[in-house]
Amino acid sequence: MTVVDDRPATPAEAPRRRPHRVLALLRNSWRQLTSMRTALVLLFLLAVAAIPGSVLPQRGVNPEDVRDYFTAHPDLAPVLDRIGAFEAFGSVWFSAIYLLLFTSLIGCITPRLRDHVRALRSRPPAAPKRLDRLPQHAVFAAPAGGAAAVAEVLRRRRWRVVVRGDEVSAEKGYLKETGNLLFHTSMVVLLVGVALGSWYGWSGNRLLVAGEENAFCNTRQQYAEAKLGPRVGSEDLPAFCLRLDDFQARFLETGQPEFFNARVTVDEAGGAPRPAEFSVNSPLRLDGANVYLLGHGYAPVIRYTDRFGRSQTSAVPFLTTGDVGLTSEGLAAFPDANVDPATGARDPNLQMAFTGLYLPTAPDAPPYVRSEYPTERNPAVNLVAYRGNLGLDAGIPGSVYELDQRQVRAGKVKEVGTRLLKVGEAWTLDDGTTVEFLGTKPYITLSVRYDPGSTLLLVSSAVLLVGLMGSLFGRRRRVFFRVLPAGSVDPGGGSPTGGSSLVEAGGLPRTDHPGFADEFGQLVAAVSGDGRPDERAGAGRDDGDRSGAREGAE
Amino acid sequence: MSALSDQLVTFAILAYLVAMISHAVEYALGNARARVAAAPVRELVGAGVGTAGGLPPLAPAVVPAAPPGPTAAERTARRARLGGRIAVAATALAALLHLGALVARGVAADRMPWGNMYEFVLTVSWIGVAAWLVVLVKRPSLRRLGLFLSLVMVLLVATAELVLYVPVVPLVPALNSYWFVIHVSTIVFSSGILLLGVVPAVAYLMRAGYEQGRRSFPYTLAKRMPTAAALERLTFVLHAFAFPIFTFAVIAGAIWAEAAWGRPWGWDPKETWAFISWVVYAGYLHARATPSVKRNVATWLAVVGFLTVLMNLFGVNIFFEGLHSYGGLPD
Ligand code: HEM
Repeated sequence: MTVVDDRPATPAEAPRRRPHRVLALLRNSWRQLTSMRTALVLLFLLAVAAIPGSVLPQRGVNPEDVRDYFTAHPDLAPVLDRIGAFEAFGSVWFSAIYLLLFTSLIGCITPRLRDHVRALRSRPPAAPKRLDRLPQHAVFAAPAGGAAAVAEVLRRRRWRVVVRGDEVSAEKGYLKETGNLLFHTSMVVLLVGVALGSWYGWSGNRLLVAGEENAFCNTRQQYAEAKLGPRVGSEDLPAFCLRLDDFQARFLETGQPEFFNARVTVDEAGGAPRPAEFSVNSPLRLDGANVYLLGHGYAPVIRYTDRFGRSQTSAVPFLTTGDVGLTSEGLAAFPDANVDPATGARDPNLQMAFTGLYLPTAPDAPPYVRSEYPTERNPAVNLVAYRGNLGLDAGIPGSVYELDQRQVRAGKVKEVGTRLLKVGEAWTLDDGTTVEFLGTKPYITLSVRYDPGSTLLLVSSAVLLVGLMGSLFGRRRRVFFRVLPAGSVDPGGGSPTGGSSLVEAGGLPRTDHPGFADEFGQLVAAVSGDGRPDERAGAGRDDGDRSGAREGAE
Repeated sequence: MSALSDQLVTFAILAYLVAMISHAVEYALGNARARVAAAPVRELVGAGVGTAGGLPPLAPAVVPAAPPGPTAAERTARRARLGGRIAVAATALAALLHLGALVARGVAADRMPWGNMYEFVLTVSWIGVAAWLVVLVKRPSLRRLGLFLSLVMVLLVATAELVLYVPVVPLVPALNSYWFVIHVSTIVFSSGILLLGVVPAVAYLMRAGYEQGRRSFPYTLAKRMPTAAALERLTFVLHAFAFPIFTFAVIAGAIWAEAAWGRPWGWDPKETWAFISWVVYAGYLHARATPSVKRNVATWLAVVGFLTVLMNLFGVNIFFEGLHSYGGLPD
């Protein structure tokens, strides 16, 4: 339906000088790049290029899946990795497509912007000689007041009007091109917002166990994973501390979660500590950072009493394994166990570790491998005890959530036994030392983020939407009226009104739409000063303005 | 309430089936009438008998060449019209039953019925049929398109009932937000319109081929369809209407994702496929606005766009695991 002038492929005047070859090539490439056809091809390529990112696991979305993929396809995965398939949306090929597309876009909107500004400032063009050649045409008796009266009617209907002697030209529907330009420009701004966010934004993830002693302060070291944009330094992170006071979760009988809420104490720089709450869907908004609740679980409190009677306690989170019952897996390590308090001599082979499963609702009978419900109806921890050198002193960074299996395979750590412990129960090991399960503390999984581009994203997407509607539903059209002196030749054929003067009208839809004939008819009725049609025309004007609704009604 | 909803769905499927069959009858009679009308008057009777094998009985063999009452052709035409009216009435009835099922489901769950894939497909298809009825009121001449539409409805609703069905459950906390209503209602609404939009798009592709003189299988189906120009225009109107709503829905999703997951956009599979759909539909609108691109190329883009919507509706829930995994497929 749209009458779009594909921009002229060649400049109108012949080149004065013989153009330089390279320049000519560049100019031609630019013209190619900014053509609508290229934009279409690039759009389609962009859609196709997004598919691998949804089919293959992505590091940014789920790094574990990528690791699993490497295990499952040891030959294919490295090849895919080399072409960036696991970070598809940051890959060279994806970036190349959208950068070309946006270059094309900018090359497309700049001249249109210039033309549009020019069009907005110029007056509607003079009426063509032969109005009867236009798609809409009418002849009627001239209203009292002639051209001025016609112009007045049009102005009241918010047409842009110019009167030239006996001729009236009027134009309407600049909103279409305005909307189109707004829409395409806001897409560029949107990309700028994305770029700002990735350059100046940062994010970090960590677990936070309830309790004063587990509070964390916002430094890079405090995060299990931190991602800082290229323009962000560790010193740029805003200073605040966070303590988890309480976590509530409610579940349905099926185990499906229903409600989460975290209560915390926030200590921001330059303010007194204050309580705050947040949950899924309503993050904690701090100055320069937002804190999101992504998950939760339990940290079993395990006390080990060594050969010298000294007790140590571990409250490290057990990570949920993904089932409905929140079965969790983890490690309580005691590298400083069995250090002689008198001499301070440590025997690295007497370090202790307990791995195991935590079951918030353990079944009544073995196997104790799967929790039946996510809240603690029958909490039990199924522990495996290990003694030996845990490998924590070797300086190789290991996970605090898993026993270093290399030490087990090397025989440096030996399994001592296994036992299911309920809350308050103790287990005396072969060497007389004891381990007790004291209970649990809740922990939450946090994502802390700062995205300086988000406001720009919001504003540009709102403008994008408004512009889009203007572009889709706006329609440009022109009408012309010529007051013919009495007795002149009537181009309409017969002369219905004898000797009095006539008005000849023509209408040209610049954007082709079926409603234009009606609108033109109503306009003619209004201009000719017919009482009843004028009312009808009033309704017609409304329709014309709500062109979106009209479009739907066609 | 939940049981009532299930029963209403079954009845709705039956009503869609009735609509489809009535449309097919109208269609077949239309074909017969065309053949009969084209035949010379003298052979009219014979033609009526000749086609009686495959079609409802036409005129008795002893009709005089110029009967005083309605001719056989007129009678067939009247029957065809009746078939069409029955089809429309059945579609409207089906839409009512369908709506009743949705309302009952919503009451049973105590929330909007968009919590899992089953409910989602039911709602999207209802929007599609409701929009179709609106189109019918405005453009009765497009009625024959109802054959394809009712076919799509039978397929979709039956798939939902047979494959996707899950019992009523409340929402997981991540969905418990007013953004749920805003984002999902607009996605559902625009998907429904896009679903309806693909019907004239496909019909256009067949009809355009037919008008160009192709007489092989899929094109002949379009023999009694509205004109290619009318179908093309309806395709555009529906897409132009749905596209901004879809755009809004995606933006609303990003706003919600920021609050729930900490980032407005993370290339989760659902988000990725929404992006793909958006880009393809933008491509359709571009292609249609470019005079140098043929209309059937543009329309193919609309069809591809709908395939990507389907992929998001079904494929992503079934094949991928992501943050949007609320599909709740039965295990
Ligand atoms: C980021 C990629 C782009 C997207 C997503 C996009 C999207 C859109 C959309 C949705 C429309 C509305 C369709 C309509 O008004 O009928 C539109 C219109 C338009 N676009 Fe783009 N566009 C993009 C890039 C471009 C480029 C590179 C050009 C220039 C070659 C361009 C030129 C136009 C023109 C001329 C129209 C107006 C069509 C009309 O008057 O109806 N667009 N675009």
